[in-house]
Amino acid sequence: MRRVVVTGLGMVSPLAAGVEETWSRLLDGRSAAGTIRQFDAEHLATNYACEVPRGDGTDGTFNADDWLSSKDQRKVDPFILFGIAAAEMAVQDAGWAPADDRGQERTGVLVGSGIGGLGTIYENAKTLMEKGPRRVSPFFVPAALINLVSGQISIKYGFRGPNHSVVTACATGAHAIGDAARLIMLDDADVMIAGGAESAINELGIAGFNACKALSTKRRDDPAHASRPWDKDRDGFVMGEGAGIVVLEEYEHAKARGAKIYAEVTGYGLSGDAYHVTAPAADGDGAKRAMRAAMARAAVNPGDVHYVNAHGTSTMADVIELAAVTEVMGNHAGELTMTSTKSSIGHLLGAAGAVEAIFCILALRDQVAPPTINLDDPAEETVVDLAPKAARERKIDIAMSNSFGFGGTNASLILSRV
Amino acid sequence: MSDVAERVKKIVVEHLSVDEDKVTESASFIDDLGADSLDTVELVMAFEEEFGIEIPDDAAETIQTFGDAVKFIENAN
Repeated sequence: MRRVVVTGLGMVSPLAAGVEETWSRLLDGRSAAGTIRQFDAEHLATNYACEVPRGDGTDGTFNADDWLSSKDQRKVDPFILFGIAAAEMAVQDAGWAPADDRGQERTGVLVGSGIGGLGTIYENAKTLMEKGPRRVSPFFVPAALINLVSGQISIKYGFRGPNHSVVTACATGAHAIGDAARLIMLDDADVMIAGGAESAINELGIAGFNACKALSTKRRDDPAHASRPWDKDRDGFVMGEGAGIVVLEEYEHAKARGAKIYAEVTGYGLSGDAYHVTAPAADGDGAKRAMRAAMARAAVNPGDVHYVNAHGTSTMADVIELAAVTEVMGNHAGELTMTSTKSSIGHLLGAAGAVEAIFCILALRDQVAPPTINLDDPAEETVVDLAPKAARERKIDIAMSNSFGFGGTNASLILSRV
Repeated sequence: MSDVAERVKKIVVEHLSVDEDKVTESASFIDDLGADSLDTVELVMAFEEEFGIEIPDDAAETIQTFGDAVKFIENAN
């Protein structure tokens, strides 16, 4: 099978627009959570989230004008805008700008989203109710469709290879990277732009996740401490938004053009729980099988994995994942560092798996595991190092990223130093 | 320039992000002002909203230039 490496990174996160800005703030243990600013959320059970910091583009803020003309901004939902911005960063970082037919036809895009243009759907539904069908925007459908991140990126750069998308709720970003890597392994493409994008912090999104009792509601006065994976006082996840995009490339292709190689995608495992629409299987069955499948694909043993970026959403399910990881790692669980970066940036839903895979790649590069902030009082004793409150400098040769989604869908990615 | 023409021009400039100077009587939305087919649908909707008129689809298809739009709306009014 052809080897696949990562040669470009791009990210818009609640901590910052930009990979390195996000990473340094993450290592500093900062929280991106705050009272929602995009709309008045006082009437909702949850009035806080981890929003992308909008601004003039300085100091890590996200300025839409830096990425898309104001004319075109009106034609895309924010999740697509975040995806376009992260893709531009990743493509620039990789230095990949093929002008010839072969290069363009061998470059594909596979970016997913968990929910897609929820805010756009909501606005157009209101227009339909209030003004009738003739006032529904002609841009409504292409602004909201999930695969239009991939579509927009391909149009912008002329990438005419496989154009695909993934929708697996909170496992989307991980599945997108794993599936895109396989397209390269199977010789359908030499380069893939892959990842996830999400923007569901709107009235309908918050109300919907409140209704299924998934969100933290108890920290209106102290949102920075609301996302607290594995802590006794956790009470649900804090919603985030943004996008994570990587450039994946066939190893020899990357070497031949002298590209900077961050890491290799060595393992990818998938499974289904067949259990419940929102709750994970209580025995962690699907999670364990996804991890074991990824490790088998990567041909690594439990002791070889040094860092796990957990799904760890700050919900009741955290301890199921912890038990699953502990069982999979067996006698080596005590050598492992596992953290949840959702403690800092919240849960980016369909973008989470991609953003967290990038954190794994940076952990490999810098030999440091980002911390699990807000972990004051662990709900369960464990031999696994959860790096509470402070980043952990340590040897990291192989990292695993777990992502689990509603519907009982699970994905584990393994990234290795090259 | 008539009041209608001023108001139409403002909508065109806003929606297509073009310089006012380029919005001449014979300027084609698609060929000269960078619109695509969906932009023209949105423009017609904006004209309907601004002037409180209804522009049927077959009539909308005949509105290709700034001048066409002004003429149609003046007649409709």
